[in-house]
Amino acid sequence: MENSALNIVVLVKYVPDTQFDRHLTGESHRLDRNESILSELDEYALEAALALADARGGAKAGNTVTALTLGPAAAAAAVKKSLQIGATSGVHVSDDALAGSDASATSLALAAAVRTLGPVDLVITGMSSTDGETSIVPAQLAARLGLPQVTFASSLELDGTTVTARRDGDDVSEEVQAQLPALVSVTDQANEPRYPNFKGILAAKKKKVVTLSLSDIGVEAGAVGSAGSLTRVTAAAERPARTAGTIVTDTGDAGIALVDFLAAQKLI
Amino acid sequence: MTAIVVFIDQVDAPGKLHPIHHQLLTLARGAGEPVAVVAGPVGAELAAELGSYGVARVVHSGQAELADYLVAPKAELVAQAAAAVSAAAVLVDNSPQGKEIAARVGVALNAGVITDAVGVSNDGGALVAHKSVLAGSWTVDARATTAVSVISVKAHSVDAAPAPGAAVAAVERLEVAFSPASLGARITKRTPRESSGRPELEDARIVVAGGRGLDGDFGPVEELADVLGAAVGASRAATDAGWISHAAQVGQTGKKVSPQLYISVGISGAIQQKAGMQTSKVIVAVNKDSESPVFEIADFGIVGDLFKVLPQAVEEIKRRRA
Ligand SMILES: Cc1cc2nc3c(=O)[nH]c(=O)nc-3n(C[C@H](O)[C@H](O)[C@H](O)COP(=O)(O)OP(=O)(O)OC[C@H]3O[C@@H](n4cnc5c(N)ncnc54)[C@H](O)[C@@H]3O)c2cc1C
Ligand SMILES: Nc1ncnc2c1ncn2[C@@H]1O[C@H](COP(=O)(O)O)[C@@H](O)[C@H]1O
Repeated sequence: MENSALNIVVLVKYVPDTQFDRHLTGESHRLDRNESILSELDEYALEAALALADARGGAKAGNTVTALTLGPAAAAAAVKKSLQIGATSGVHVSDDALAGSDASATSLALAAAVRTLGPVDLVITGMSSTDGETSIVPAQLAARLGLPQVTFASSLELDGTTVTARRDGDDVSEEVQAQLPALVSVTDQANEPRYPNFKGILAAKKKKVVTLSLSDIGVEAGAVGSAGSLTRVTAAAERPARTAGTIVTDTGDAGIALVDFLAAQKLI
Repeated sequence: MTAIVVFIDQVDAPGKLHPIHHQLLTLARGAGEPVAVVAGPVGAELAAELGSYGVARVVHSGQAELADYLVAPKAELVAQAAAAVSAAAVLVDNSPQGKEIAARVGVALNAGVITDAVGVSNDGGALVAHKSVLAGSWTVDARATTAVSVISVKAHSVDAAPAPGAAVAAVERLEVAFSPASLGARITKRTPRESSGRPELEDARIVVAGGRGLDGDFGPVEELADVLGAAVGASRAATDAGWISHAAQVGQTGKKVSPQLYISVGISGAIQQKAGMQTSKVIVAVNKDSESPVFEIADFGIVGDLFKVLPQAVEEIKRRRA
């Protein structure tokens, strides 16, 4: 068993680019999903998966890295980008009934999708989506799949069938160990994500992307989307954008001007 | 009255409540009858402190699994305790562990989960969480549509206050039935971090944060922080360079802070940095490049060399206090 090939599923989310203004729209205050990309933080999950597969001989040795996304039609772009970076195949869960799913409904559908993929050694996710920013999908997924939860890994190693991760908290840094199969989420400290190269972009054209509907994963429409969500956003407001205040250029006494400002604001 | 569960972790540092627990108990008291669910020991001192915050009922477990495995056993304790007391809501702190406990309790109780609340109000018995989303650019109200609401709450969502009349906390032991799947991720080593002795980032009224502009020397930032009684923060460039602990990182993948005053020093103000600090009340920036994006959000900006501006400000504060 020592160096058997791995089946890894990486969860990648298609999210609005944080470089642009983001908006909530409509009666149920949903996120406007124009200008979206593969979540920056999920590139670390993909890199972790590819590095583990590479260490066992990569695709040639039978290791698989399946990029899985759940989202609207356009979310296929997140899977394609993952294939260009090096994932071996892609799965896109897409169904109109999924629109408006909260974390609970999302993790329910993702768990069902993972189950349809056959035996999996590792499910690897990002530390947080850059739109929802909840960090709860990985823990819910581990609970639903009955997998050991090894989350917020800032380093990750695999030895035989034992995963070892470091989890840095404020007061303690913990070493966590689990046996495969397991669910792991990685932070942006875990690695340095690779970029797609020309060869990878060409190779991606030949790779398979499977699109699954709710019936393909055996989930009822009423269990997801707005109907299946367990939370509601009842009001939303854009915070007035911060505006620039007074800007001064130091001519020798800006440190004193700083103290004057703090005193005037009653901050000292 | 409906029971509102507050989770209190005593595994790593037993004996006393943390300020966030005072805040959670204060919120719980406003929404119903607070029930403290404690992982780890409950000594006389802790029971008295809980009583002073109005807790009459404490459910605790000191089972070894709570300390030996990551998150899942604590979530099972909270879920089973919440079911035992028929809780209408579960409140936890917003640390990574707190959010993950909330997540798993949500699955166990089929309850709606809301994270990152900066306030919780009571709308005719239903709890409404207020949170800021999209890197602090929007604020929303959210609520669970289920019988139980699970909410993870950030620091300073309420001014903590002891109960008008202290209660006598009755402590019950709960024997948690752990599922085999929750005993899969074993904690094999714990390395305590050194404390800086300064206030914690999320608790501090003032944060002084340094970036790549410090060029390896956090001295000027630490001196200013110390005369102001402030916490020290950092950009990812500074933590990645190893100039300061990763625990000091502010931003998208670090701490999200909203102090009364945030002083940004030698930090350009990238979108990922802003995501952790732009809800601060007052922002001051010191940067030698007038084109830095941080100046777009600063209430007071100084274009200048931090190695001149900061020591001068420190001297001036000391002079005025003398
Ligand atoms: C997935 C991801 C997550 C990230 N998460 C975070 C995060 O959580 N937090 C975060 O901060 N960043 C984060 N980043 C990094 C972020 O994009 C920026 O690279 C980082 O914030 C830059 O740090 P900096 O401003 O210190 O460095 P720089 O951008 O290099 O800026 C240094 C500044 O110092 C000024 N300076 C230099 N010398 C002096 C001097 N003597 N006096 C005054 N000013 C001086 C310069 O003018 C410059 O503006 C993340 C990036 C990615 C990809
Ligand atoms: N719709 C989705 N499709 C694929 N992966 C997701 C989705 N939502 C969340 N994830 C994964 O879960 C992680 C944490 O997301 P969140 O709980 O939303 O902060 C992300 O980094 C992804 O790896």
